[in-house]
Formats: sequence, C-alpha cells, structure tokens
Amino acid sequence: MQDHSLPRLPQDHNHPPRRSAYIGRAVTRLEDRPLVLGAGRFVGDMDVPHQLWARVVRSAHAVGRIAGIDTSAARAMPGVAAVWTAEDLGNLPHIPFRATKIEGLDPYTQPCLAKDRVRYVGEPVAIVFAEDPYLAEDAAEAVFAEIDEDMAPILDARAEPGEFAPGHSSAPLTLTKGYGDVDAAFAGAAHVVELDLAIGRHSGIPMETRGALAAWDHGRERLDLWGATKRPHWNRDRLAEMFGLSPSQVALHEPHVGGGFGIRGELYPEDILVCLAAMRLGRPVKWVEDRREHMMAANQSREQQHLIRAAVDAEGRLLAIDETLHHDQGAYVRTHGARVADMSIGLLLGPYRVPAYAARAHFRLTAKTPAATYRAPSRFESTFVRERLMDAIATRTGLDPLDLRRRNFIASSEMPFDRHMTALESDVILDSGDYEGLLGKAAEFCGLDALRAEAAERRAKGECVGVGLGYFVEKSGLGPSELVRLTVHPDGGIEIVTGAASLGQGMETAVAQIAADTLGADYQACRVIHGDTDRISHGWGAHASRVTVMTGEATRRAAETVRAKACEMAASLLDCTPDAINIDGGIATCRTSDASVTLAEIAAALDPVSPKRGDRDPGLAAEAWYHNKHMNYPYGAHVALVIIDRDTGHVRLDRYWITYDVGRAINPAMIEGQIVGGLAQGLGGALLEEFRFDDQGQPLSVTFADYLMPTSAEMPDCRVQILQDAPSPLNPLGIKGSGEAGVTGAGAAIACAIDDALQRPGLVTRLPVTPQYLRARIAEYDAARAGDAI
Amino acid sequence: MSDKTTITLTVNGVPRTIACVPRKTLADALREDCRLTGTHVGCEHGVCGACTVMVNGAPVRSCLMFAVQAEGAEVRTVEGLAPEGGLSVLQQAFIDHHALQCGFCTPGFLMLITGALQKDPDMSDEELTEVLSSNLCRCTGYRNIVRAALAAAPAIRASVRETAA
Repeated sequence: MQDHSLPRLPQDHNHPPRRSAYIGRAVTRLEDRPLVLGAGRFVGDMDVPHQLWARVVRSAHAVGRIAGIDTSAARAMPGVAAVWTAEDLGNLPHIPFRATKIEGLDPYTQPCLAKDRVRYVGEPVAIVFAEDPYLAEDAAEAVFAEIDEDMAPILDARAEPGEFAPGHSSAPLTLTKGYGDVDAAFAGAAHVVELDLAIGRHSGIPMETRGALAAWDHGRERLDLWGATKRPHWNRDRLAEMFGLSPSQVALHEPHVGGGFGIRGELYPEDILVCLAAMRLGRPVKWVEDRREHMMAANQSREQQHLIRAAVDAEGRLLAIDETLHHDQGAYVRTHGARVADMSIGLLLGPYRVPAYAARAHFRLTAKTPAATYRAPSRFESTFVRERLMDAIATRTGLDPLDLRRRNFIASSEMPFDRHMTALESDVILDSGDYEGLLGKAAEFCGLDALRAEAAERRAKGECVGVGLGYFVEKSGLGPSELVRLTVHPDGGIEIVTGAASLGQGMETAVAQIAADTLGADYQACRVIHGDTDRISHGWGAHASRVTVMTGEATRRAAETVRAKACEMAASLLDCTPDAINIDGGIATCRTSDASVTLAEIAAALDPVSPKRGDRDPGLAAEAWYHNKHMNYPYGAHVALVIIDRDTGHVRLDRYWITYDVGRAINPAMIEGQIVGGLAQGLGGALLEEFRFDDQGQPLSVTFADYLMPTSAEMPDCRVQILQDAPSPLNPLGIKGSGEAGVTGAGAAIACAIDDALQRPGLVTRLPVTPQYLRARIAEYDAARAGDAI
Repeated sequence: MSDKTTITLTVNGVPRTIACVPRKTLADALREDCRLTGTHVGCEHGVCGACTVMVNGAPVRSCLMFAVQAEGAEVRTVEGLAPEGGLSVLQQAFIDHHALQCGFCTPGFLMLITGALQKDPDMSDEELTEVLSSNLCRCTGYRNIVRAALAAAPAIRASVRETAA
C-alpha cells in the first residue's frame, strides 16, 4: 500500500510474530470510519432544544475610544433575546494566562468585550443572542459602535512604543537569556556575521472554524460546554473560577475537532460569553464562527524580527551568538503570556554548540489580532533565523554548508546536553541525538550531491533551480503529567480514558496500538475516550507534541498492570502459574497445557459478583500516571528543490525530502501523515500565507482569496525518512513526538534553495517569499552589490 | 426576507419537502432542515470546498447555492455514498491510504472525486489530480488524498460506465 522506511525486524521462525505487535505498524486509524461516512459530530453539528444563537459584533477600527454603542435597533428586532456590551458583563474577569505568565502582563489581558477602547479590527465589542443564526447576524449588523480614532495604530514591533492604556506602555517587557562571555567572544572572533531577518504573520487556520455550545442546568447548577478543546481540564477549572463555581459543576466535552494546530481550543472571549449567556438567559447558547471572523479573531502567530550576530573562529566554529528579537504580540496578551517570545530565544540554538549566548526578546503590543502558538511555535521562526545564519557563515568562511554544520554540531557523546536555559518553563536538556549521523542520512536519502549537480546543470542551461537544506531540533513530550484508566470489559472491549485531547491527529489509534501491544489484545477492540472532563479527574490536553509520549506512556503503564492482573486470573482459571501465561490477540494461553481463556472471560471472572474472583479486587482495570519534568528533543532535516520563474518571481517547490528521528515510531503512516501535512503548512508560511494590514490597521487577508493556503497543486513530490536512532531515555518506549516536524525546517530549507537557485547568497531575509517580495528583493540585492562594486 | 418557501427535492434518493427562507444556503438547509450534517461549512465563500455535494450529478459548492435553487433537484451528500452497512470504494481507499486526519474536509473531497468521475468517467489520472486542487485540506498535505483518489478511480469509473450502459 505505502512505502515506509522503517527497517523490518528479522524474523525468528521459532517464535512467530505476535499478533498484537502493533507498535511500529502502519495500521489504519480507528477514527476514520465515522468521518468518511459523514457521521462525525463536530460542534457545529450539535443542537440542544431551545438553544439561542450568538453572534459577535466586532470592531471595524484598529484603535480608538468607544464613544458609544447603540444596541437599541438590534434589541427591538423580533427573535432577539439579548444584546450585551461590556457594561452588561459586570466584573467578568479577562482571559487568563495558561502559559509563561510573567509579572507585569496582567494589564494587557483581553476583556471578553472591549471596554473603553478597541485595540484591533475584529475585537468583540458586543454580542447578540437570537432565535436563529440568520436573525442573530441581522441583529449584529444593526448594532452600531461609535469609535473615536484618537491615535494612530502601532503596526510594527520595532516602532517607537506607545501607550496601551494610561500608565502602560506597548512595550511591557524584554525577556533575556544567555550564558558565557559574549563580548569577549566577539572581540576575539575571526569573523562576525550579522543578519536582519523577519517572519510574516500567519496562523493555523483549521478547516473547521471555532465553535461553542453551552448549556446550564438551573436545577442541578451545572454547566456543560462543547467545543473548547485542546486543554479541557484547564479550561474547565478557569471557567469555574470565573463564574464562582466548583470544577465539579462544570463539564467540558470534546466533539470531533476539525484541526487545531495550537490555535484552536484555548480559552477565547467567545467561549466565556457563551457560557455566561447560557447561565444568565436560562437557555442553551450556540456560537459558530464564520471564516471571515476567524481570520481576524482567532490567534495569529509567527510575526517576529530578528537581528542576529555570530562570532566565528577561523575554522568556522561558533564562538558566540547575540540575538535581538522583536515579537509582534498584537493587541492583547492572551492565554499564552510571553511563551512564543520566550521559546524563540530559549530554543534558538538548535543542534549547535554555542560557547556564549546573549539574547533579548522585546515583547511588543500592536494594533493587530492577538498572537499565540501555532504548530512549531518559535521553532519555525528560529530555525529560519539560525539556518540563515549558518548559511551566511558558510558563505563568509567558504566552507561547505554541511561541513560547517558538522563542525558545530553537539556530538551524540555529549548527550544529555544541558543548555543551562529554560523554555516552556522547563530546563532545556537535549536528551538524545546523533545530529551528524542524521545529516549524513538526510544527504544520502535525497542524493544531495547528485541533486546539486542537477541544479547546477539546469542553471547552466538557463533554468533557475536550487537546492537548500534546513536542520532543526524540535521539542516534544511536554509534561507535567498524564493519567490513564484502562478497563477490559466482560465483552472483551477495552476502554482507555485519558485527559489528553484529540484535534484530528490520530491519537486514538496511537494510544490503542500501545495499549493492545502491551496487553496482548486487538487494537480494534480499544475505544479511547478523551477530552471529557466528566470521565477523568485530570488531563493536560493536546499540544506541544505531547500526547503519544505522555498518554502513550501512561497507557503502557496501565496496560502492564492490567496484563499482570489478567495473567494472574488466567493462571487460576487454567490451573497453572502466571508466568506460564502468554497473552496475544486477546487470548491468554498456558504455554505448558495450551489451554486458553479470552480477555473477555478473564474480565468476566473478575466481575464483582463472579464466584471465580475470590479475594481479588473487582474488575480487569488499572489506572496509571506518568510524570515527566523534561521535554525530549527529536530532530531532523528538510531538503528542498525549487524552480523559480525569473519573470514573475514565482517559486515552485518541486521536490522535497524530510528526514526525522522520532525515537520510536508507533505508527509510521500516521507520522508520515503528520510530517507531510506539516510541510503543507510550512510551505504556506514560507511562500504564500500572510496576514497583511493596511496603514490604518485594517486587515487585508480575511478570505481564502486573500490569505493563500497551499492546495494539492502547490505540494511538491515529498519523501519522508523516519529514523529511530536516538530513542528518548526519558520514557521506556523511547518515543518522541512528530506533530511539528513537517513545519519546522520548511522556511529554512526553502529560503536556502531560493538563494541557490538565484545564485545570490543571503538573498532571502524575510518570509513568506511572495513573488512581489522576491522581485523587489532581487532588485535591492543587486543594487546593493552594484553599489559595493563602485 | 423571513417568509419561508416550500422546496421539494430529492436527497440521497429520498424525496424531501422543506420550508426555508429564500436566503438560506443549500448547505445550511441540508444541515439544519434535512439534519444531514456530514456536509461541512468551511469558508462560506466558495473556496475551501468542504461543503461540496452533488446536484443533478455534478459537484457543486452548496454554500454558494440557495436552497430554493435546488427545487426539483437530485442532491447527493456524503451520507448517500456508502452502500447499506458498508463503505464505498472511495471511502475505504481514504481509510487505507490515511487520506484524512481531522476529517472535516473529507466529505467535500469524497463528493468532489465522486462527482468529477461521475460527470466525466473518461477523466485521466492527471486530470483527476488537478481537480483535487479545487478543495482545501489543512491536515494531510494532500499526498494521501491523491493516492486514495487514484487507487479508487478505476472502480468508480467502471461503476459509472456500468450504470450508464
């Protein structure tokens, strides 16, 4: 069916392969059947009797004082139940921090409805509740917000800071990280290389827009919310705090989710307003965002400017890196605090040994949609910056770019390697990796020498063809904890309950494979329950490429315990010792007598009222925790071959190779799926996608005609090589995550290939490389060189 | 604007009579009035194709069509693809080739491919691949969708020709 690059284990003919050996197999997904039948249940598909529909009225101005909001016409419309502005919300708290909360950022949090001032186009200023969605939209259009544009919007993170609010500057903080004597390193350097680089603003854009459905049970005083996925338990606890409820009175439920990519499922103003309305109005309330709203309201990401300098010795070894970052946060600080800026400087160094480092991240508020994390947050940006720097050093020193990288890689013998810095509030300790080994395998995989020769030959014939490489280190398996409860039911069905979440990435299948492999069962007998706060006490959701690592290991532990219980009960049923029992394919067999019982029969024997149970605890079930203080660090390389149309400036990605070490692959087909899907988003950010704003802060990219996402026509022929050379020592299976690898290296590799195609080293200094940018940049580059020549 | 119009149409072979306001899109009418929520709404401006259904044998964007325009039409949605209790060849190919992740765009792709081949069973593999660029997917990077479409195409072509003959 598909080619997968994992080596096959040698067959041992004395021991036929286990039927339940699911780890490492490209099995089909448990998730798929309802989705291909059109029987998925996304939040927009759900309705509750007597529900109202919400519609948000959004600011049409990027900045200004709210002079007044006239809701009278909307209130008078038939079918309108209520219209609220900030005044109606009382003391409703602002959107709280979930991550990287830093002292001093509280005044910059977002109210659920704008109060006194608006700060970006798309900011909620009022909300309408009506009997049907068409009426709600009509009423929202009848709300008039009078905005006095009393100052010019700040639209550049490097611009002179202004005032966010009285007494609060738009430059609330500068984060710093570093170690070693940077000044001395620069003073003694043979070469100093400096680059000024930028990444455009883009985002995840899941195909399903956001949505929420809330219901309040007045009698039992209980709130149910469907739709706010990604971190259900955290969202539940914050909603409970905001409304003065106990977490036991609030339940979040995860329906099918049409993609997350980091931006969906965080607590947004709309989630809170829908819950508040359900409680106050005594009717369920449903809200589904439209696409235009999504493009101006959901979290955006990536926009940063980097001034980076490297001190290098005569042999091309890095002596120090100095980095100054300006992070464009947009109009408010939402759930993620300063996380992206913090990670950008905390994880910038990637695979390289850097003896001294000084970095400062200027965190700036601007008049744009607020920003937070989008798949490979900070690593897409910093990999572009760091690999641009390495290419520039190669050009300056005359070294081959691969040799330069080899010279600076941290060696596998140095692992674990402590960076003596933090990111995501945890110490950055590279757990395992053979960076040089992977580079060699990546070069071999794409036939790099032949590829370079091909590109040179085609260039000699007048084509504009180039090859580029980007090397990256990802991070995955963010803790702190995950809990799993695994139960074998007396019908043989296996239920695995986790507090992690699914955003469409196939976690049910990966978790089922680990459970079935460990227990000796059929993975299709597993049912994975996730994202439902009523079903499990704790959970940390789906983000940071953590689910297969965290839930996977908790699942393995629970399955080990269940297996031991099953062996003990089976031994009693089969009159042998537990160590004589082998469980495979859902059947426990005594190795000596060949007698067997099914897992279903064992579960039935452990039923509370079963006479066979004896004094054993009832049920064939176990709970297990996995706690993990440190992330692990997968790594890889992207290689791109691009063809450029000199006349139009259009860059076509022709062929692409990704080599990635995932530690231990649970399902190679799903990993490839993550990587190729990630590449589509990486290529979007490198060549196509950008939220643009005019000089008044009006967003110019609010439809799919203006914000260009890759279609199948833009995708290159892409090959993926999955390696398992550096299993993580932090979990017994050695798993690292794979959710972000396809995105991370794309900007770096594509920029490098464009330079090569045009034979202009250091040409690309900004992403995305649109045709307009490329043509202007070539002219600028050539003019500067011509000036140098004179 | 709020006066409802009665519309009679056939959806997946079942005659339906629904009453909706003239401005209601076919996508919303299918989802709300017919309770067929497999047709998804991704952009409401005709670009993403998640809402693709077949109207009188051809794939259309149901967010760009008013329900009243479907008066008397034969509409087929994703719910009408599978034989009773089973899966169509294309649905099975999507599963076998890992051609979906979140699955939100999947009904649109299934209807696009089925509709394109229904309309033109002589379409080449190259033409079919090009047709796939009509719809957006944000998860898969399209490679496996192309593989699934090409794997299922011969069986779909044969079935369309058989029905025509």
